Amino acid sequence: MNTIKLTIDNKSVEAAQGTTILDAAASVGINIPTLCHMKLHDMSIENRPGGCRVCVVEVDGRRNLAPACVTEVTEGMNIKTHSIRVINARRTVTELILSDHPFDCLVCAKSGNCELQALAQKLGIREIHYKGEQSHYREDTSPAIIREMDKCILCRRCEMMCNEVQTVGVLSAINRGFITVVSPAFEMNLDHSVCTYCGQCVAVCPTGALTEVDHTGAVIRALSDPNKTVIVQTAPAVRAALGEEFGLEPGSLVTGKMAAALRQLGFDYVFDTDFAADLTIMEEGTELLSRLNKHLQGDKSVKLPILTSCCPAWVKFFEHQFPDLIDIPSTARSPQQMFGAIAKNYFANNIQVDRENLVVVSIMPCLAKKYECARDEFAEKGNPDVDFAITTRELAQLIKLANIDFNALPEEEFDNPLGESTGAGVIFGTTGGVIEAAVRTAYELHTGKPLPKIDFEELRGMEGIRHATIDFNGLDLNIGIAHGLGNARKLLEDIRNGKSDFHAIEIMSCPGGCIGGGGQPYHHGDAEILKKRQEALYREDKSKPIRKSHENPYIKKIYEEFLGHPLSEISHHLLHTEYFDRSKK
Amino acid sequence: MEKVKSLADLKKIRDEVQSRIRLRENSDRPEKLVQIKVAMATCGIASGAKETLNTFVEELELQAIDAVITQTGCMGYCYAEPTVEVTLPGKDPLVFGYVDKTKALEIIEKYIKKQELVDGIIPVTYKTIDE
Amino acid sequence: MTEFKTHIMVCGGTGCRASQSEKIRQNLNTAIQEYGLEDDVQVVMTGCFGFCEKGPVVKIIPDNTFYVQVKPEDADLIIQEHIIKGRKVSHLLYEDPKTKEMVSDSKHMDFYKKQIRIALRNCGFINPENIDEYIARDGYAALGKVLTEMTPEQVIAEMKQSGLRGRGGGGFPTGLKWEITRKSQNDQKYVVCNADEGDPGAFMDRSILEGDPNSVIEAMAICGYCIGANQGLVYIRAEYPLAIDRLRTALKQAREYGLLGKDILGTGFNFDIELRYGAGAFVCGEETALIHSMEGLRGEPTFKPPFPAVSGYKGKPTNVNNVETFANVPVIINKGANWFNKIGSEKSKGTKVFALAGKINNVGLIEVPMGTTLREVIYEIGGGIKDGKKFKAVQTGGPSGGCLTEKHLDTPIDFDNLIAAGSMMGSGGMIVMDEDSCMVSIAKFYLEFTLDESCGKCAPCRIGNKRLHEILNKITQGNGTKTDLDRLRLLGNVIKDCSLCGLGQTSPNPVLSTLTNFYNEYIDHVENHKCSAGQCKALLKYVIDPEICTGCTLCFRNCPVGAISGEKKSPHSIDQSLCIKCGACYEKCKFNAIRIA
Repeated sequence: MNTIKLTIDNKSVEAAQGTTILDAAASVGINIPTLCHMKLHDMSIENRPGGCRVCVVEVDGRRNLAPACVTEVTEGMNIKTHSIRVINARRTVTELILSDHPFDCLVCAKSGNCELQALAQKLGIREIHYKGEQSHYREDTSPAIIREMDKCILCRRCEMMCNEVQTVGVLSAINRGFITVVSPAFEMNLDHSVCTYCGQCVAVCPTGALTEVDHTGAVIRALSDPNKTVIVQTAPAVRAALGEEFGLEPGSLVTGKMAAALRQLGFDYVFDTDFAADLTIMEEGTELLSRLNKHLQGDKSVKLPILTSCCPAWVKFFEHQFPDLIDIPSTARSPQQMFGAIAKNYFANNIQVDRENLVVVSIMPCLAKKYECARDEFAEKGNPDVDFAITTRELAQLIKLANIDFNALPEEEFDNPLGESTGAGVIFGTTGGVIEAAVRTAYELHTGKPLPKIDFEELRGMEGIRHATIDFNGLDLNIGIAHGLGNARKLLEDIRNGKSDFHAIEIMSCPGGCIGGGGQPYHHGDAEILKKRQEALYREDKSKPIRKSHENPYIKKIYEEFLGHPLSEISHHLLHTEYFDRSKK
Repeated sequence: MEKVKSLADLKKIRDEVQSRIRLRENSDRPEKLVQIKVAMATCGIASGAKETLNTFVEELELQAIDAVITQTGCMGYCYAEPTVEVTLPGKDPLVFGYVDKTKALEIIEKYIKKQELVDGIIPVTYKTIDE
Repeated sequence: MTEFKTHIMVCGGTGCRASQSEKIRQNLNTAIQEYGLEDDVQVVMTGCFGFCEKGPVVKIIPDNTFYVQVKPEDADLIIQEHIIKGRKVSHLLYEDPKTKEMVSDSKHMDFYKKQIRIALRNCGFINPENIDEYIARDGYAALGKVLTEMTPEQVIAEMKQSGLRGRGGGGFPTGLKWEITRKSQNDQKYVVCNADEGDPGAFMDRSILEGDPNSVIEAMAICGYCIGANQGLVYIRAEYPLAIDRLRTALKQAREYGLLGKDILGTGFNFDIELRYGAGAFVCGEETALIHSMEGLRGEPTFKPPFPAVSGYKGKPTNVNNVETFANVPVIINKGANWFNKIGSEKSKGTKVFALAGKINNVGLIEVPMGTTLREVIYEIGGGIKDGKKFKAVQTGGPSGGCLTEKHLDTPIDFDNLIAAGSMMGSGGMIVMDEDSCMVSIAKFYLEFTLDESCGKCAPCRIGNKRLHEILNKITQGNGTKTDLDRLRLLGNVIKDCSLCGLGQTSPNPVLSTLTNFYNEYIDHVENHKCSAGQCKALLKYVIDPEICTGCTLCFRNCPVGAISGEKKSPHSIDQSLCIKCGACYEKCKFNAIRIA
């Protein structure tokens, strides 16, 4: 590849052909401000419509200013990123954007995390010279996501995530000119659309236009109700990201501090979704082996591959888009819902509390979990198995509200019996983790031999679609992994077309898996953050004394005391579910 | 239609049509071979060119004047629509503007039948590619 | 049957009428009667000769003598000298400005033929629904020639040599565009005809497609041969039903003749064309937006590069040319690049079709060589300003263009000159304004169009134009300040500098050009709260002159809001705080006692 020599702000720069001015400038420490642009490096996720025009720079010999995010460098280019012409244009454009934006920063959910706010600050905007009409749109509240399009700046990141990455196709720009807005078709509400609530639109929204439905108030009310026993479960990915909200380095593990904080917040029992993840492996792994064995014995009614079903956005995705394949995914409920069912049907009895007086709160990296716990099939007589699902961000908000100095907290342990977990449960939070956990257990159950090695490096990574073949004692098990629903779609289309030779496939909706979930601290386009969270989970896995789900003593105990065996009658009732064809809705 | 299989075929069609037109223009039966073109682009139609066309068709048939009436595209004189070009055999084509029903009848009576000019002729103000 | 020996044609164009051509006709008729020539000579009023500058003009047929600046009193002389004695009236003949010779025979002089019809060569001549008539006028001969006698490289060289530049507005050299697309390696390429004509008042492309669809089809096939494409697409707005219809008929006939399809003219070249319909979004005339629209996506522009020549329709190399550009191609091939490049100015070759509109006498479609001045177009071809009013400005380039003034009238029209003057060629809309036009309102009008048509993708265009419009609104409402004028200029320049596509980059032109050329009018609005053209209602003030008012009470009775008061038979007055400026009193007053202040 050719190297191109150019000058940026009087600095000589060398860049490969095809490099944008933005990247070339960054390589010499010149950070041109951007707004609509977002690039998750190495994950082939990039939004660069060239629409906000904040990144414009002056290029010698060019009639107008060039947007740095989309303009490629050419030989001998002479670029100024802060000439008076550029500064004037950049500030004017930013003022224009602000002139069509509500001025309620002080009470905005995104305050402090807003990229528009940060830009205005960086540019030193002190006055909006162009005031005028502002656009107003109807607010749209769904079970998981709130759309306040008055705050939309049309960066189109959500649209890119929804269409290109997730291939869900709900959000797109409609109307023209000043009244252009990103919306579901015909300005319908999200809950009338095929939205999966994966929350990736929220994860990338630079402003407060897309946010999660806030359940912190409900949680505070439950905690302050003396008649309620409030228990909490925390998803694996939360511990690898929560610290970011308190200024810790991405990838810091805060499992112990988080448990301490939850206890200080007033939860009666602090449990771990990882426990339910181990339970999931028992059910799902057994289901896999059962289907595999029947299939190998020539039972044509048994379909393969088996698909994981932990991810509620993924479940909703295939219910809408692949209803013809709804008998393929595992019937196992997600860990969140397994935990809820066990809590309300087993633990409630243990502690002699009525179902109605036991409040189950889950801390999730996810927005779809809010929708999942509201699904009818996960409630008994109107009482949901999981009462409230709040995000990592909402938890951070609660901790701040309770005046807790998070970083000074001691490391504490989870409570038992639903707080004990293995390394296999921990890695549920990253792409590849669920299937690795399943393989660890399924291998030993299938072969009756101990695993020669616990770490399946071949299943790890950040590639959108990965596959590996695991030797199950002479049987080659073909494993597929997809994260991001667009990647999932590719594997599903192969299955539909009979071109898939996988035995098992793990699917997570969010790029990177739950570590990149829609409820996590905002990554602001920095893919390194996701990688560090992933590393943290593998680190936690390695440090665990037990790393295979079936060796979790409390899992063994619950089967002995309550469930009997995986896929038992009671398991079937509490830990498995069914799927619905939503294509015609 | 038969396929045009070669450049020679194409030239043949061209020559045939051209000679047909020449025959029409140089005929020795002047009163019987009048050629009328009505500008029937969107602008013309919007200004009533359809009625103009119908008037010519009906009236010439009624009077048993043998004429070739065709539609054509915009002549460019939007201010004077509907516009009509009349070619009497052996004569240069003349373009008339503002040809409504009344004007059409006047053109038939005076120009086509008597070769008497009527008001509203639009002079040719452009060169063609062959000039 | 009478057969007149001689016809005298008197120009009845508006310009000549204004200089008494009707009187000339009367005098001619009187003279004819006097000399008893009623059976020999007929006087006819004609439409405009397009030579209004030297009007009134009189032409004698059959000897084609052309008299200029004829006065009513010359009628007798013309009959006596020319008709009776057969001698030309020399002082009325036209003097050629170059040779200083008197020219008499209009058949051999081009002085009033400012137009050359190349793109419009068949419009109004042939029946567009009969391919034979096109073939009779050398139709498809150019395609035959390139397929049998020329290599694609030779054709491209010819196109480059011709100097033809894109007629859609950008003015990019057509041959070069073809060459770039030819050089883009790919198994599939496309030829696209941009028939998404969108400028307000422009209808050149529609007329060509309605009048001569085959010329575009032939050119697209030639282009396909050059760039290595076998598939053409015409992106045409669904609001052009007649053009679509004629195009479909032409495609059908061309296919039946085998001039489209497989093995065209036995040369082994395959090419066919499909239609794609646009929903009438102005921005879809921008080639990347057009391509997205054809792909079924939202019609939004994307950043170039990559240019469509490299990555266009479905990611394949795509050559996009506009209708008028294509219409020129067969002529260039048939008559040669060197014939074509002799027409026009140094950097802009050939002709340009304009849709002449506004306060001008001869509204219509014209085709003039590049380099023709605005004056020639407006005063000669266009027949001057309506109702004898004063010329104020001419707007070219549609909503992307600017308003040019008196001082630009002698500017030769070509791509570069218009840009230098602060406007642009655009696709060929040309709107003439007279003294009654308020330039602030005109700027506002064009901006309203842009506001409606902005796709909303980039912030400067989406929000910036909205704010520009709000400021203009404020000014026309009488609430503007001098700071607002500075803001207009600042903001306009940023929008130009920062917008994503051509629409945004040019959208402030109507504002900026009027601000430059009519600054005093803006000042009048913001400082004196006056709109001299009387167009800004909020700035009007109706007052009753007590000296003239008779107290007839007619205005009082017609005022819809009761703003007028006064005793019968004594002067009335208008309460300005109540007046809604409807103008009813002004219309009704029989004594002209009401003035607009």
